[in-house]
Amino acid sequence: MADPMRIRAQVTGDKVTVRVLMAHEMETGQRKDSAGKTIPAWYINEVSASLNGKVVMTAEWGPSVSKNPFMEFQIKGAKAGDKIGISWTDNKGEKRSDEAVVS
Amino acid sequence: MRRGWLALCVALCSAAPALAQKTAADGIAEYRKLLADGNPAELFEAKGEDLWKQKRGPKNATLQACDLGKGPGVVKGAFVELPRFFADTGKVQDLESRLLTCMSTLQGLDAAAIAKTPFGRGEQSNMEALAAWVASESRGARMNLPQGHAEERRMYEMGKRAFYFRGGPMDFSCASCHGTEGQRIRLQDLPNLTKNPGDGIGFAAWPAYRVSSGELWSMQRRLNDCFRQQRFPYPGYASDVTVALGVYMGVNAKGAESIAPAIKR
Repeated sequence: MADPMRIRAQVTGDKVTVRVLMAHEMETGQRKDSAGKTIPAWYINEVSASLNGKVVMTAEWGPSVSKNPFMEFQIKGAKAGDKIGISWTDNKGEKRSDEAVVS
Repeated sequence: MRRGWLALCVALCSAAPALAQKTAADGIAEYRKLLADGNPAELFEAKGEDLWKQKRGPKNATLQACDLGKGPGVVKGAFVELPRFFADTGKVQDLESRLLTCMSTLQGLDAAAIAKTPFGRGEQSNMEALAAWVASESRGARMNLPQGHAEERRMYEMGKRAFYFRGGPMDFSCASCHGTEGQRIRLQDLPNLTKNPGDGIGFAAWPAYRVSSGELWSMQRRLNDCFRQQRFPYPGYASDVTVALGVYMGVNAKGAESIAPAIKR
């Protein structure tokens, strides 16, 4: 099981700003280890965000996203107390979901 | 007359873009500011906090009774007063050597084995997380290393000597790069560590997350890399020379605001 995400969701005016930090290696599959062998690719390829259980955004990621990625986006119409859910799946099929409450 | 106008125009036209141009340092500062909002050091902080409260090691104990200088279990504000003298070990210790002591006495883990582990692996990766969390608990506090004990003053003098000691194939010392104002390596400004370089710079900015390698670097690892860049042999993990350098830089940085764990390119 991967390490938990850090999710912050704050009301800014009429929008909610969500900031997410994910713990992930994000190996590109292009690098070699000290023995000269290629390190297999391992990266998040699907991210989805939900507001109170309803999906509001999905994203397709690839190997060019950095290690321990940071993602920020805004949701219109959300308010304090709402639940923001973030989940990702990587190319090995590993998954992680975390939730945060808008403050 | 015509020539005079032309000359004036040339002078003005060349002055305009110079005004609009940002210096390299401004550009880097802007980049850091953009990164700081999503500093992945937070992931390490969370891991460190868990590790602190987790029962581990042969003695199946937490680190919650660990004395970082402000009494057992007090973490807030401890970081900005380290390295300091500890009566129980009779030594001046920095954060990591003190954590090693706690891990061996409280949890029964093998301190010598941890010190030999390469950075970022096994227990050393736990050490990074613990260092990140302890440092984060003093974020915003000002560096205030004690110098009351004779041993602390002796370590300061030792650190000073190590800082100015030149050697290796390049005949470098720490002071070659960090002894004067306004020096840089490529685009990286080098803080003057012989005095307080300011808030959140130099000693007051480590541990830090390095974006280029995606790793959290503790002070011990930072110093290790300084020795590598000087082409010196690597110092031992938590060895006296690294702690002495920490005392020297930390005392010099008195009053600087700690932003650790910071983010670096």
